[in-house]
Amino acid sequence: MDPDSLSFIFLNACIINNFVLSMFLGICPFLGVSGKRDTALRMGAAVIFVMLVSSACAYGINALLVKLNVEYLRLICYIAVIASAVQLVEMFIKKFSPGLFRALGIFLPLITTNCAILGLALFQTQREYNFFQCLAFALGAGGGFTLALMIMSGLREELDLADVPNVVKGAALTLILAGILSLAFMGFAGLGG
Amino acid sequence: MTTATDTTPAPQAQAANSFAMIRTLSGIALVSGVLLALVYQATFDIIKANKEEAVKNAVFAVLPGLSEAHPPVAFGLNPDTGELVELASDGDVLAEGFEKIYVGFDDAGQFVGVALPASGQGYGDVIRVMYGYTPAAEQITGLKILESKETPGLGDRIGKEPFLDNFRGMDVKMDDARESLLHAIQWVKHGEKTEPWQVDGISGATISSTAIARMLRESTQRLLPAVNAKLDELKDAG
Amino acid sequence: MANNNRHGPSDMETFLRGLWEENPVFVMLLGMCPTLAVTNTVMNCIAMGLAASFVLVMSSVLVSLFRKFIPKQVRIATFILIIATFVTIVDYVIQAISLELYASLGAFIQLIVVNCIILGRAEAYASKNNVKKAAIDALGMGAGFTFALLCLGVVRELLGSGTLLGYPVLGSHFEPWAVMILPPGAFFVLGTWLLIFNAMRERSARKAREKAA
Repeated sequence: MDPDSLSFIFLNACIINNFVLSMFLGICPFLGVSGKRDTALRMGAAVIFVMLVSSACAYGINALLVKLNVEYLRLICYIAVIASAVQLVEMFIKKFSPGLFRALGIFLPLITTNCAILGLALFQTQREYNFFQCLAFALGAGGGFTLALMIMSGLREELDLADVPNVVKGAALTLILAGILSLAFMGFAGLGG
Repeated sequence: MTTATDTTPAPQAQAANSFAMIRTLSGIALVSGVLLALVYQATFDIIKANKEEAVKNAVFAVLPGLSEAHPPVAFGLNPDTGELVELASDGDVLAEGFEKIYVGFDDAGQFVGVALPASGQGYGDVIRVMYGYTPAAEQITGLKILESKETPGLGDRIGKEPFLDNFRGMDVKMDDARESLLHAIQWVKHGEKTEPWQVDGISGATISSTAIARMLRESTQRLLPAVNAKLDELKDAG
Repeated sequence: MANNNRHGPSDMETFLRGLWEENPVFVMLLGMCPTLAVTNTVMNCIAMGLAASFVLVMSSVLVSLFRKFIPKQVRIATFILIIATFVTIVDYVIQAISLELYASLGAFIQLIVVNCIILGRAEAYASKNNVKKAAIDALGMGAGFTFALLCLGVVRELLGSGTLLGYPVLGSHFEPWAVMILPPGAFFVLGTWLLIFNAMRERSARKAREKAA
């Protein structure tokens, strides 16, 4: 598969170099929100939304910064863009789908300080993706995040019913599970040639 | 979502509030912008020198017998159009389609060879390398990994011996028409190398080592004809 | 730990709290992303710890200094702006010091800006206390974060490469556990450390209960 193709970028971000299990981005929400399948799915959906919007905006802002030769303002601009993107997405969803808004609840504002979004913007800049590659990257990253979240929440829901020693409960267990998942995902290396 | 209970202040107080908000944010933004511009200026030269040092080290690592007295000269080469542009300094930005190449000279100021770039997707992320090419002997003289995120202990063996030995004296002879290589660079399984244009793979690091072979094959096929076409100009740069 | 000092915790107590009792990584479970990502060598840990501590201290000090002038509605935006400025400064300084170090830390230097520890401390402490207290609290949290990084880094580099700070320590017969430098290893080591810390806290809590009984 051509490494610059949209499908490879999507596959790479989603599975081969999964954002959570391989690149260590978005661990905080991954630990915090992976308790139930329902909330996990909603968080994942919110993240995909925000990633697509932020990715597009970051691409535009970066082009502007490079033209004006003020690249040292990039980090600040990205943060501002992401925060605004989250606000916009929130207002948009509130207006056009109040049901979805209620379902997503507090997750949207929480995403602002999610390192996965900023990481997405930084990586796409570093790899110098064009606009469509950025979108494919964002879709893959969000999809991969949701995938990891769904798997983890399924596992944790099952484990809730099991007899787990107190010492391991909570973050320690989630991390060890994440390690096993990460190990499993390493098997995807070389996918797509 | 519950709406926060808001004691709506009187209009004057609200205006004062908005003013305070704008004042704070713009004040901090201004100071921050100035501070960053200062730091950027202060570190610009150091960072530039660091980058040039790194490039020089790479060029010296891939071409034999280079001289400090005659530092490498940077060029921009467009393999599709065959255009060659000499760069005033290594930091110059290249136009679309151009790749940066470096010409190396020995103590006598004589042309030694050209250091060429190659890159491609490895196991972890994109791998960037530089390799040295001597048109006289029609060989690759060395390879240096510039950037790689390969697996430590396995894939990162592409940056170590004995893998790097593959690229000392690698045959990249061209055909009589000087349009393409006689033998494309080929990856073979570890221990099965018989020809000087083959890359002896690393067992346990198949993806990383095939990636190197692939990117060199592509790069040589793309750049070597253009380099040979402009050889006289490159030799004169010393 | 009951502190009956009428004037609040002493400076040393504030500092030690960030290091141990309210360790940002092991207790408050913040800042996990960099803890997992940059701990494959001890050198990276030290660099990241110093960088994050610098940003933490500088932003806490500034937030505390201007706390009376920052309106409530824009406080998060202001905090982030201040933090982002210092992170960018650190980014350029590290590039000037060593391009190699910069390459191995990757994007995680810039990701310090969304490190929940820094924003969390600005919000919870620096904006409500004077400059000296904010600075000491920040130092304590930075030390705690660096301590956590080192806990992981030492284990991962030792078992994953057989070296410490690049110096071979375990001899040439040691077959490195490659998994330790890879992502799964990071998860396992952090999970194990959390397990150990939980066990230790549970044991001391139980002892305290037995003593009180």
